[in-house]
Amino acid sequence: MAPNTQKTLERFAPWIVTVGILALWQASVVIFNIESFLLPSPLDVLAAFQQYRDSVLFHAWQTMVSTLIGFGLGIAVGVLLGICIGSSRLAYAGLYPVLIAFNSVPKVATVPILVLWLGIGQPTAVATAFLLCFFPIAVNVATGLATVEPELEDVLRSLGASKIDILRKVGLPRAMPYFFASLKVAITLAFVGAVIAETLAANSGIGYLMIQASSQFRVPLMFAGLAVIAAMGVVTYLVFALLEQRMTGWAVRRQNVDQTGGG
Amino acid sequence: MPTVSSSRPTQPEAVSGGAGPAAAGVPFVKLDGVSLSYGGAGGLKALNDTTMSIEKGRFVAVVGPSGCGKSSLMKLATGLLPATEGTVSVAGSEVKGPLKIVGMAFQNSTLLPWRPLLSNVMLPLEIVQPHRSRLRAHKKEYVEKARDLLETVGLAEFENRFPWMLSGGMQQRANLCRSLIHDPDLLMLDEPFGALDAFTREELWGVLQDVWMKRRFTCILVTHDLREAAYLADTIYVMSARPGTIIATHEVDLPRPRTVETTFEPKFVDIVHTIRSEIAQVRNEAKLSAEASKRQTQKGNS
Repeated sequence: MAPNTQKTLERFAPWIVTVGILALWQASVVIFNIESFLLPSPLDVLAAFQQYRDSVLFHAWQTMVSTLIGFGLGIAVGVLLGICIGSSRLAYAGLYPVLIAFNSVPKVATVPILVLWLGIGQPTAVATAFLLCFFPIAVNVATGLATVEPELEDVLRSLGASKIDILRKVGLPRAMPYFFASLKVAITLAFVGAVIAETLAANSGIGYLMIQASSQFRVPLMFAGLAVIAAMGVVTYLVFALLEQRMTGWAVRRQNVDQTGGG
Repeated sequence: MPTVSSSRPTQPEAVSGGAGPAAAGVPFVKLDGVSLSYGGAGGLKALNDTTMSIEKGRFVAVVGPSGCGKSSLMKLATGLLPATEGTVSVAGSEVKGPLKIVGMAFQNSTLLPWRPLLSNVMLPLEIVQPHRSRLRAHKKEYVEKARDLLETVGLAEFENRFPWMLSGGMQQRANLCRSLIHDPDLLMLDEPFGALDAFTREELWGVLQDVWMKRRFTCILVTHDLREAAYLADTIYVMSARPGTIIATHEVDLPRPRTVETTFEPKFVDIVHTIRSEIAQVRNEAKLSAEASKRQTQKGNS
């Protein structure tokens, strides 16, 4: 009985917290009589969203497309780079410091350069999304490859396995949990990248919409934009979290078994 | 000169067909004056002037104090490490790189957690030729083979389980199956039962002996458990402390199959005692010489 209520509570906790925050927000705006151009209430934001729905959805779609293309590129490059770094010590020694240096550059700073190369518009958003998201993927894949047990490698080598064999049969499957964990982080970063680029140099996308709304003091619309980005972020995160569960259940199942065993 | 024990039930050379030029008396694995130093000729010496010769189909155990280079010996014999001095040859030809057909099992079972047991056991078939190219077309035949093997070690009903659902002993049985699925001519075991409790260990000795008696591969077992060595091996090599070298060889001519009862027989106990005192002696000598050299350096410093 008691553990069951605990579980139900856990399941509804995110909704309760979200609704609670929104209610608190609404209440404080009403009670303190805050002007809607300073802080619009959730209901104002909803109204703005409904008023400009077509436009918001159009721009949201643009952002989504830019993010996903950049994210796709990030996966391709990140995985290849991760395999290089993770399976060759020479590549690790050569590439890793460069990657660290690259990653410590704030990506916003690269947007003006990208504009110079790619112009104003979607390609810049795609490139920024890509730049932000490939790094965690590469690092995680490399880490995953590095966790292969040396004994297992000996077993396979004494069977005549090539490096490629070991990578295919053991290294990559072993790296999968790390890869999927990085995807959850990377997709969020890709959103950040795309929106940053859109606010600086674009004719479409949520970032652009928000800059426009800001210049016209349509604060509720800006908040509607924020809400849409947040929603898209949560949904994509959930998609990859589910995918992770499906693909690499073996890595987390031990935990689940223990949990059911204990309770 | 050690004599070939009379208790071998069958002549393995006659059974195995065309695996190599292995007439009786010709060594299958041969180490000739082998030394191994980590980090070049001036580095840490793990093995010193070791000579062994193992006939095809023999079960050999290597025992010694910890850190004596037993595992290095294994890596040398399989070609995973090159010898600093001397030559290693297997099946009549010198070993220059990793051998391609050796079965290996370690203390850690290293099963792949994303594969069910059956597919774990079949992993070598995906790598070793000619099975590798035949696997897809003859899947059924190979699955049967893997199932048979799992049955011999008592894991028949667990073939669809994932390794982490099983106990350590079960995992180690599966590990044994994996190292045998491709019918290796040479099986290397590096303390395969080291992490198991005493009862499971003794049970698995029996399992391993059964499999070996059926298939008669050449087996090299590295262990620090003297009873394990005496139970399983035809020949026991005793190694000295680092840098390791072989200081004694014992033939165990107890009849097979041996059982846990065998381990209480006076002859068995004798062998274990003899080896134990040999190892105790080399450990003492190593300790004394270490202390002596320490004193010497202290004298030199003051």
